[in-house]
Amino acid sequence: MILDTGVVWLTIFVLGVFVGIEVISKVSSTLHTPLMSGANAIHGIILLGAILVTGTTDNNLALIVGLIAIVLASVNMVGGFVVTDRMLQMFVRKRPATKDEKDGPA
Amino acid sequence: MPTWIQLVFLACGVCFILALKGLSGPKTARNGNLLGAAAAVVACLMPFFWTDLHLKHVPLIIAAIVVGTIGGVYGAQKVQMTQMPQMVALFNGVGGGAASLVALLELHDVVEAGGDAPWFNLAATAFTIAVGAVSFAGSVVTFAKLQDLMTSRPVVFPGLQYVFPIAAVAALVMGIRLVIAPHMWIGIIIGLLGLLVGLLLVLPVGGADVPIVISMLNAFTGLTVAAGGYVLSNVLLLIAGTLVGASGTFLTLLMARAMGRSVANILFGALKGGSTLGSGEASDRPVKSVTPEDAAIMLAYADRVIIVPGYGLAVAQAQHTLRELVDVLDARGIQVDYAIHPVAGRMPGHMNVLLAEAQVPYEQLREMDDINGDFKDTDVALVVGANDVVNPAAGTTPSAPIYGMPILNADQARQVIFMKRSMRPGFAGIENELLFDERTSLLFGDAKDSMGKLLNAVKAL
Repeated sequence: MILDTGVVWLTIFVLGVFVGIEVISKVSSTLHTPLMSGANAIHGIILLGAILVTGTTDNNLALIVGLIAIVLASVNMVGGFVVTDRMLQMFVRKRPATKDEKDGPA
Repeated sequence: MPTWIQLVFLACGVCFILALKGLSGPKTARNGNLLGAAAAVVACLMPFFWTDLHLKHVPLIIAAIVVGTIGGVYGAQKVQMTQMPQMVALFNGVGGGAASLVALLELHDVVEAGGDAPWFNLAATAFTIAVGAVSFAGSVVTFAKLQDLMTSRPVVFPGLQYVFPIAAVAALVMGIRLVIAPHMWIGIIIGLLGLLVGLLLVLPVGGADVPIVISMLNAFTGLTVAAGGYVLSNVLLLIAGTLVGASGTFLTLLMARAMGRSVANILFGALKGGSTLGSGEASDRPVKSVTPEDAAIMLAYADRVIIVPGYGLAVAQAQHTLRELVDVLDARGIQVDYAIHPVAGRMPGHMNVLLAEAQVPYEQLREMDDINGDFKDTDVALVVGANDVVNPAAGTTPSAPIYGMPILNADQARQVIFMKRSMRPGFAGIENELLFDERTSLLFGDAKDSMGKLLNAVKAL
């Protein structure tokens, strides 16, 4: 039996909803802010989509719009992960907060 | 798409799940975040290794990534911890904007190819364009509100309750129109309507509720990315977007519950009118003002002190001096705790981040439900730079914008010391009756300055 492609996508979506709720269901309110920020960084993966559409276009206007999308998406993804890491460093105790923090991704 | 790349995407999707799981526990949070970052980087490298794709404009694409990366890292490193909420809002907004643009480009390809696409595909495209634009415009307004670029009070104008639904319905109609006959101009109109809806959605939201809106817009962007994944036939975008959309929605509900508000009330409460109780101006009613020396005596001879820290504390960078004060009081044998309201600061959990930065021991931070019963046995409640979270109007004045929000019961303490810069109302713009109570003493001045004086006065006793 071959599944309908649309149904496969819908299946992934529905299962994803349950997983998304389940994994964060036990979060303490202490971590709400970093969690929101980390989730925010994860949807920066739209960068992948932006690269794919920009890299396959021949239209000049589309290219410009695509490059803008890439800039915006990289700000979202990279900035999101770095800022989350900075926040989480505050929760690491037993050593003073160092100024020479390491960059996150990229 | 080559099978190995599909498998890499699957692995990245699993990493995102583990990242979210890690982020919800204090010990695993940092590694969770790094895992998510690593997976995102690997995923974004894949198009460059996908030879059959014949990726064009590679130098330009890399240049754009570099520009965005520099911007993102600079913003993330530069931002003060107190300004974290608006930074998250901004990052979220640009992500939504990017998703909207990606969907417009995909629509362009479909139109070029003759407009022949499955209806569900076109519907997902319309959704991505619209909701991405809502998220972008809404986040920009949120940023402006938190950054004090505009008033943090609800902005309403006559006719708003009609304009908003009209814009929303128009976007929906245009979406249906796009499904029937796809055209580029319809896509652009949907985007513009989305911007308008985002603007009108967030303008009427009062300052104190903005954190919930940030979380909600975050979930919106997640769903946008999920729909974008469907449009581009990319499973990883679908998985990541769905995860963020679902967890973001759940987190929004958790936050709203912590504030005792419904999401609908937060969004549309101001539209019903009657929520603009506060005048935003200082009142001239009499209050009892004290010197740091008086306040020091009240603190030093108490048995039990609870500190209610607020955003003003962090803005003045007084949290380190406060910690010293607590150490001194502790050494005198006084039991001192910090009472942390779920939305103290500007976002849920924000105050924990700010106090952790000042190396306040985790055990002294007590959550609202845990400590609220202790106030009645407390000699002094020291409120530093907080206002709305101890405002009894939340329980007594149904017309107040914060009505229904659970508050810290500082009004039950035997004495209350308010450290305030001025008589200006709090972020929600409502006057606080507790300031005029006869058990309340006010210590005016910059929080860091007064805190230093208070510390010296306590040490001198």
